[in-house]
Amino acid sequence: MQYQETRRTPAEVLAEPVLGSVQTYEQITDRIASIVLTDKIQLGWLVALTIAMSMLGMMGVSLLGLFYWGVGVWGLNNRVDWGFDIINLVWWIGIGHAGTLISAILLIFRQEWRTSINRFAEAMTLFAVACAGIYPTFHTGRPWLDWWLGPVPGVSTGMWPNFRSPLVWDVFAISTYASVSILFWYVGLVPDLATLRDRAKNKYIKVIYGLFALGWRGSAMHWKRYNTAYTILAGLSMPLVFSVHTVISFDFATSQVPGWHVTIFPPYFVAGAVFAGFAMVLTLAIPLRHVYGLQDFITMRHINNMAKIMLATGIFVVYGYFLELFFGWYSGNEYEMALTYNRLFGPYAWSFWALIFCNGVVPQLLWSTRVRSNEVVLFGIANVVSVGMWLERFVIIPVSLTRTFLPASWGWYFPTRWELSLFFGSIGLFLTMFFLFIRVLPMISIFEVRELAHHKMHEH
Amino acid sequence: MHAENTQPPVYGLMVEFDTPETLVEATRQAVAAGYKKLDAYSPFPIEEVSDLVSSVRQKFHTLPLLVLGAGITGLATAFLLQWYTSAINFQIFNFWRVIIDGYPINIGGRPLNSWPAFTVVMFELTVLFSAGTAVLGMFGLNGLPLLYHPVFNVERFSLASTERFFLCIEAADSQFNLEKTQKFLEGLKPTNPVEKVMSSEYFSEGLEWAELL
Repeated sequence: MQYQETRRTPAEVLAEPVLGSVQTYEQITDRIASIVLTDKIQLGWLVALTIAMSMLGMMGVSLLGLFYWGVGVWGLNNRVDWGFDIINLVWWIGIGHAGTLISAILLIFRQEWRTSINRFAEAMTLFAVACAGIYPTFHTGRPWLDWWLGPVPGVSTGMWPNFRSPLVWDVFAISTYASVSILFWYVGLVPDLATLRDRAKNKYIKVIYGLFALGWRGSAMHWKRYNTAYTILAGLSMPLVFSVHTVISFDFATSQVPGWHVTIFPPYFVAGAVFAGFAMVLTLAIPLRHVYGLQDFITMRHINNMAKIMLATGIFVVYGYFLELFFGWYSGNEYEMALTYNRLFGPYAWSFWALIFCNGVVPQLLWSTRVRSNEVVLFGIANVVSVGMWLERFVIIPVSLTRTFLPASWGWYFPTRWELSLFFGSIGLFLTMFFLFIRVLPMISIFEVRELAHHKMHEH
Repeated sequence: MHAENTQPPVYGLMVEFDTPETLVEATRQAVAAGYKKLDAYSPFPIEEVSDLVSSVRQKFHTLPLLVLGAGITGLATAFLLQWYTSAINFQIFNFWRVIIDGYPINIGGRPLNSWPAFTVVMFELTVLFSAGTAVLGMFGLNGLPLLYHPVFNVERFSLASTERFFLCIEAADSQFNLEKTQKFLEGLKPTNPVEKVMSSEYFSEGLEWAELL
């Protein structure tokens, strides 16, 4: 916690090692586990949790209103039959992607800097997927009939899902993604739960951690199978993370709506997801390392690397925006051209230009080492990117749907207070789960940091 | 092992080390001395130790094969499910009609068995089945969950999840001899005296059963 901020040049700041000044396995364990095993409840944490839970309460109210009056309380209409529900689904799912990317893809590529950020990034993934799940679950208006989406023999309906529909693919893609993410996270947690079991002083807490640790004892044979399983999971998650947003983009790309019927959608959705996800990881990592004194684990090296990934994926995304405009013009199709014009200068033009500002202009600041070494500025940029990625989905959805083929079916969409409060409430759900997570589970993978320290000792 | 006396049976002898390097060296010597039923415990995976222990305990690894099987099962399940429900319309037994019937729909004259559209769900179920098997298989083959184990009877063993490294030679080993094995382990220069790991009769019976798996 006594972190000496001597004056260093930006290049020196960014050259920090992956693991700061922690010497022994005992120190590593103690620094991370003590955050969880303390009896004290910090006032700041309690205040933050209270705020998050009151936002969560708002979600409850919004859902009750939705059940009572039906989806009519939302601002949807005949032209725009998806509004905030799909925008926020795509936004939340996208945020989740960084967690899987860090835990799986960076593991396969042996990027050792992933080690101290993977645990809370995976937690972020799970919570973001849970928030996303709210929308498809409840947008039906009759959530008790949601099982109709699944491959359940149609006892009462006599029907099966239409497997040629991208919306059914979504059900499979998102539920597989959620399940595999939970498995990955839990498998990673088991050795750390055993550590908490062995270190907890309180008998009841010991029993609870012990039950979830499944009797893990760190046997060499167990570690062998553990590493095999973990690598297999990472290998499976790698194509999975690409598939999820690809399948979501199919919801749009396989339709014929102007502005959606584009082959660039799958790769550009995936890049956008990673972009949004890293922005959220930075938004969480920068305060966490200061509040909990974790600067030795989440060093400026991590922050720098994440900022660089954000810059790179941001450029992919902006390339996607330009290609969309190019396709609109090059298609020679009057509807596509009209849509492109409408996107740039129509009634929703503000959202397009705000998007270009947030995702195209602001992230270019990340080229500068001075910006990347300044956490306050980075935190700001990450938040701007989150807003920008939200706007991206807004630009895709109402802009296309309010101006389709027939002028007679043109219209307008704007969210009602119920939609806004549900969105606000889903942020509350995310924050509530995250604050509870950092209090009861180690937010950094303890055993992987020990392993990293072991490898570092060997290098020298 | 059915102990006749009231003394609890000995599970094995355990020694403690303070660095991963000394554990690797000790495991190497124990394996070289011909011990087969031994296990090492460490707070993080150490590849050399895992390889040494598995070279005498279990050379063949079933987990990747299990996952492969599960992946193929997932792929086949997804294809059969989609093909059957989209392209088949048998009405074999009227009573079960609603359960076994498919639901073919003609959409724009496309073939009922439009397999390219089925590939997404096939991919997802392949991943889902494989990942589930990787995790359940890993815990299952490791014999977990197992909340009680004799090694937990050693007081200092709680450090195995923090910073200490342990080697245990089990009494089930054919070469095991309380005095000789103890002398051998003392020769490995452990940081603490050799510990006798006590078991319970029920546990030993359970272990014999588990060895059959």
